[in-house]
Amino acid sequence: MSLFSVRHASQRGEARLPAVLLLLLVLAASWMLWSGLYKPLLLGLGAFSCLLSAYLGHRMGFFRHQALMGLLPRLPGYWWWLLGEIAMSSIEVARLILKPAMPVSPVLVELEAQSESEVGQVILGNSITLSPGTVTLDVHKGKFLVHCLTSEGAEALRSGEVARRAARLEGS
Amino acid sequence: MIDIGLDILSWVLLTLGGACVLIGGIGGLRLPDFYTRIHAASLTDTMATLLIFVGMMLQSGWSLATMKLFAIMLFLLLTGPTATYALANAALLSGLKPGDKGAQGKYGENVE
Repeated sequence: MSLFSVRHASQRGEARLPAVLLLLLVLAASWMLWSGLYKPLLLGLGAFSCLLSAYLGHRMGFFRHQALMGLLPRLPGYWWWLLGEIAMSSIEVARLILKPAMPVSPVLVELEAQSESEVGQVILGNSITLSPGTVTLDVHKGKFLVHCLTSEGAEALRSGEVARRAARLEGS
Repeated sequence: MIDIGLDILSWVLLTLGGACVLIGGIGGLRLPDFYTRIHAASLTDTMATLLIFVGMMLQSGWSLATMKLFAIMLFLLLTGPTATYALANAALLSGLKPGDKGAQGKYGENVE
């Protein structure tokens, strides 16, 4: 029983008060902004939702990831680059689908993440899935299994630019 | 004048977004197996979402609605890949190998 609880405590991490308050503030602000109605019932429901979300976030280990705030300033630049990649690969995939012969050459690629942290790896995996033509199938101990629609897409992935940029996001 | 320009731009974006959804649908039908079909879905998931939401944001101008549209777009772009990963990973873990014969063809083919 004690082992069990220790494991869970380490998974959830230490919920520090400033982080919790910040999360509650963000949640409350977005509730007020999105709802736009300031009746007691709705404010009460909002307060309940905020507290429930914070508690569920704590249960899911949200406060374990302190790195999340640190990479916020670099996120817009990364998104801008990713947007270009998404646009290019979208055109590529759309052309491929519309060609009568449909020359697909599916390949599996194994990719090594350059980032140690879970947040960095999640960002990398999601970025790969987000761009059409590449889908992350499996993540295990920093190794990514990626399915590519074409061998050209696989080549671009092997050059490792996505992994480099995602790792740079954390300032490592 | 600016209004007309914004209107044209937003309609171009919306049309392109609609085309992306259509092509994604065609791809879902044409591509040979499960893992390649996911790529067609990802076209609808990502590019169509971006184009349609930016088009709608241009229509709504500077208002709270634009903020809400932006937030919805962000949530879709963050949760979409996660759902795709869950789907692809579940297929992989349940033994559907990429490039496998079992991954393609009509329903009922290659049933062991």
